[in-house]
Amino acid sequence: MKSRGWFRNSALALGMAFLYVPILTMIFFSFNNSKLVTVWDSANSPTLKWYGLLFENQQILGAAWVSIKVAALTASGAVVLGTLAGLVLVRFGAFRGRAMLSAMTTAPLVMPEVITGLSLLLLFVALEQLTGWPAGRGVLTITIAHITFAMAYVTVIIQSRLAGFDDSLEEAALDLGARPARVFFSITLPLILPAIISGWLLAFTLSWDDVVIAQFVAGPSSSTLPMVIFSKVRLGVSPDINALATIMVLIVALGVVVSTLFMRRQERQRLREEQMARAGEP
Amino acid sequence: MAEKSVDRSSEYVRIEGVTRRFGDFVAVDNVSLSIYKGEIFCLLGGSGCGKTTLLRMLAGFESPTSGRILIDGQDMADTPPYERPVNMMFQSYALFPHMSVERNVAFGLEQEGLSKGEIARRVGEMLDIVKLGEFARRKPHQLSGGQRQRVALARALVKRPKLLLLDEPLGALDRKLREHTQFELINLQEQLGVTFIVVTHDQEEAMTLASRIGVMNKGQIVQVGTPVDIYEFPNSRFVADFIGSVNMFEGQLAEDEPGYVRIRCPDLEAPVFISHGISAAPDARVSVAIRPEKISMTRESPAGTENRAVGTVKEIAYMGDMSVYLVRLDSGRMVRVTIPNVERHDERIVWEERVHLSWDPSSPVVLSQ
Repeated sequence: MKSRGWFRNSALALGMAFLYVPILTMIFFSFNNSKLVTVWDSANSPTLKWYGLLFENQQILGAAWVSIKVAALTASGAVVLGTLAGLVLVRFGAFRGRAMLSAMTTAPLVMPEVITGLSLLLLFVALEQLTGWPAGRGVLTITIAHITFAMAYVTVIIQSRLAGFDDSLEEAALDLGARPARVFFSITLPLILPAIISGWLLAFTLSWDDVVIAQFVAGPSSSTLPMVIFSKVRLGVSPDINALATIMVLIVALGVVVSTLFMRRQERQRLREEQMARAGEP
Repeated sequence: MAEKSVDRSSEYVRIEGVTRRFGDFVAVDNVSLSIYKGEIFCLLGGSGCGKTTLLRMLAGFESPTSGRILIDGQDMADTPPYERPVNMMFQSYALFPHMSVERNVAFGLEQEGLSKGEIARRVGEMLDIVKLGEFARRKPHQLSGGQRQRVALARALVKRPKLLLLDEPLGALDRKLREHTQFELINLQEQLGVTFIVVTHDQEEAMTLASRIGVMNKGQIVQVGTPVDIYEFPNSRFVADFIGSVNMFEGQLAEDEPGYVRIRCPDLEAPVFISHGISAAPDARVSVAIRPEKISMTRESPAGTENRAVGTVKEIAYMGDMSVYLVRLDSGRMVRVTIPNVERHDERIVWEERVHLSWDPSSPVVLSQ
């Protein structure tokens, strides 16, 4: 391998350290026996004590379940709305209110979360007073709030996928006798499916991460996992949080690794097949 | 370039005064055209001349701003693309990348609600016709350019349309493959008896494929005719210049008789004598167009006092089957001459030689517009 020179090597090392040392420290201390987070108890460590305690903690398990539910619902809702918005923005050309719609769908990307959260809270309260719906705040209101901002990201992903989409594919399907609805489900949808899946995953992560908006619109019995962590940390960092965070990091890392490997394998196969086709050219 | 017999009585497509505007831009300008059953009609023109817009209106992807399109006697105004008796082969082929060759071809038949067995039978038949039977299970990206082109053709033809629209059907193929495919396309068309409307910017493609050509410029049809008509009897400076290469001389009618005309061109010392009458106002400014292959070039002075010029050879391009000479006349005007290389060891004319150019009185075409 080529020597990269000391400057580049140290830049690389520093960069990696900057990114990964905090996470590694946290993982390291999650195996610490001591109740004090920063004091390493070398006599009884490493231990899985905190992991065990974690799975007995009903509050955390409950919050994790709420988070998963909210994230899955959010991702699904955001994908449907985001796909529709993306389609309208790319396909309908110029129409009255297009600039308005475009601005409104992407506003949550740049809007401070505090403001999004506050305005949604005010909306829910006003709605409840006027119509009685939504009754109180909980999983439903968090999900609606998360969909509003996650949808913006999905819209952007779908829009960029559709911008590179060959319109003649849909025209060809129409020309072959397929009605517009059929064209959407057998041509457009399968082709933008990768974008929809990555949009779903992104929306899921966004919802799973969010604490600010959830704080505003959550009810008393619907704390999400980040909310629980946040409130626990305010009373002092306890070692079981390290264990919990380590599990979350592992899940995310596993997801990223699996999807990367999967995509790389598909890419390699595509390249191989294209080479085969070129070799067989008359 | 054989002229095909086309039954003129069986009009299949009728375009009546069709105009299409995009904002201020007039893409198609008051076009009227009839296309007959069983012919290969080529719309030929440069980019932006409106040929593709016209094709898209026939397919139903655009609607005319004014005018009517009738297919088989029926007004198509309110018929969406998926109900027209027309299929189209796209320039990009538009093969569905997530479906195998087989499923691409079957897609159109599935929309008709045919039985599975019937679909499989017709798809198999069609793939055999385009010689792709062994590739049925491949995906489009596993095929070469020529194979993709044949899948696109099979997919459009399997619906047994009466009219097939082809947008630059050979544009994406390399030269060798094009020539081969052109003849395959013509054979297929004759075999299936489908009417073809082909859009192309490539005059060679139009000349070999078409039974008739419609030359388009700035949204209008400027001339319709057989390839021979268009090449030998262009009706305007644009057509003469667009199809093949031509030497154009500005001039003035000196003698205008029913049986002949004599034209004086400032660039040519001798007058141009043409052995047939033309219809133009006396003293009109006209152009005389002479094709490069219709000029003969000699070292010796030819007989006669007309239809001749003298010049010096300035450029020679040897193309194998023929050579192109650029000759500068004494008036300073450059003239293009092509000479077939009939003999291998000819004493060829070389650079800076003085040469005499002459042509037959039937060769020049007089253009007044």
